[in-house]
Amino acid sequence: MSRLLTLENVHTHIGQYHILQGVSLTAEEGEVTVLLGRNGAGKTTTLRTIMGLNPATSGTIHYGGQDITKLPTFSIANGGIGYVPEDQAVFTTLTVEENLKVAMRKEDEAAMARQDYVLTLFPDLKKFWKKEGGHLSGGQKQMLAMARAFVNDNRLMLIDEPSKGLAPIVIESVMEAIREMKKQTTIILVEQNFSMAAGVGDTYTLIDDGETVQSGRMEDLVRDEELKRTYLGIA
Amino acid sequence: MDLLLNLTVNGLATGMLIFLLAAGLTLIFGLMSVLNFAHGGLFAWGAFSGVFFYGVTGSFLISVIGAVLTGIVLGFITEKLIIKPVYGNHVQQILITLGFMLVLSEMLKVVFGPNQIAAKTPDYLSGSWEAGGVILIKYRLFIILVGLLVFAVVQFILKRTKIGLIVRAGVLNKEMVQALGIDINKVFLYVFMAGAALAALAGALMAPYSGVVYAEMGLEFAILAFIVVVIGGMGSFPGSLLAAILVGLAGSYMAYFVPSLSLAVNMILMAVVLIFRPQGLFTAKEA
Repeated sequence: MSRLLTLENVHTHIGQYHILQGVSLTAEEGEVTVLLGRNGAGKTTTLRTIMGLNPATSGTIHYGGQDITKLPTFSIANGGIGYVPEDQAVFTTLTVEENLKVAMRKEDEAAMARQDYVLTLFPDLKKFWKKEGGHLSGGQKQMLAMARAFVNDNRLMLIDEPSKGLAPIVIESVMEAIREMKKQTTIILVEQNFSMAAGVGDTYTLIDDGETVQSGRMEDLVRDEELKRTYLGIA
Repeated sequence: MDLLLNLTVNGLATGMLIFLLAAGLTLIFGLMSVLNFAHGGLFAWGAFSGVFFYGVTGSFLISVIGAVLTGIVLGFITEKLIIKPVYGNHVQQILITLGFMLVLSEMLKVVFGPNQIAAKTPDYLSGSWEAGGVILIKYRLFIILVGLLVFAVVQFILKRTKIGLIVRAGVLNKEMVQALGIDINKVFLYVFMAGAALAALAGALMAPYSGVVYAEMGLEFAILAFIVVVIGGMGSFPGSLLAAILVGLAGSYMAYFVPSLSLAVNMILMAVVLIFRPQGLFTAKEA
């Protein structure tokens, strides 16, 4: 197993606010790393900083051995990182088909075969192929956002709170899709729902007040009642 | 009836010219959220370069192509030097593009002289046809056709091509487009150059229509184009077409029936639309 992504002491400012104040984490190839922490701890900003949407003001981000700290967002994405934002950000007046098409970096035979495979993970999308993104349900939008990131052969997927605002039955489908995606790619997942996080995560990084507090194997965190109570408020 | 038809054809022709100018403006605003007051300057440069190339080559087609190329080059320079440093700041955009508009107008005087220049209509587009008592001026019909053709081509590009898809996605969410691996700054540049090319095309077609070109024409027509963009809905391409036709027709009818209101009619139209639909007739998301 090799290290795919490393953040070392990353600081990020948004306007006058010092949001990330020393985030360090690693993601091993083929694993799911879960970012945990309270609301406002800096989990979403960490993903946005990796993507270059809120560039790091100090510290380093290495991906596949390359320093990507200062690269523009599109170069980072083209390096093989897919991003599923917290608010899904589907293109509301584009159809499901167009949402996927705009994301596809290539449209050759292999890319179309991959699209077909992705649609087997999210069969609802095929049913609503010509429907505009804005007219989908919350769960369908989440699936479209994940399919859009997964339609390219990305090495790393950053997924931000995929269960947020979804009904339990939909969450189960989303989880199933993440488990399937895990077979093919490395994932960094932000997830507030601890049982869901524990169900898919191999490792965790705990962030509090913009700083990494602890990292380790997920099974160790599941057993550590003190850590969960202190930083996640789980009794 | 004949009179009404004549006024309608005149109004449509004027509307199409305003549409060509407003089309670039609305594309630039829709995707880039840039208020480009220098757009009229690009229009005026299109008009002057069209007259210049026509004088040099004697070919109307080459003059239009030359004007469009001038617009593309000026669009490239404007985006790189003037617009890029002020992305995301509307106040700075208004100030710097208004200033650049004046620079472009003054540069016309430096290059072509301070006086207005006569613009000729090519022989094959001069004159008129008469059909059932209605006089159809060839050049006005030509402008209407070009306007419709440009609308169809741009709509085709926006709806049926990958670059059009990217532009439409960029209007909705620029950040997400970048996160999909697309260099949005490059897309911005292309859209700006396309908008400038449309402005220059409008200028080149306007020159024979009005018979003269003058340095201040940019500001004059830019105001009309802004009215059209506001009425049509900021960032909406079909909205601009509909609004330009409305403005063209209203101006044509009013100039004949109530001449004293012909200048005010555009403002009245804009006020009425804004009272009932503050977002304009369409929104960019409906486009």
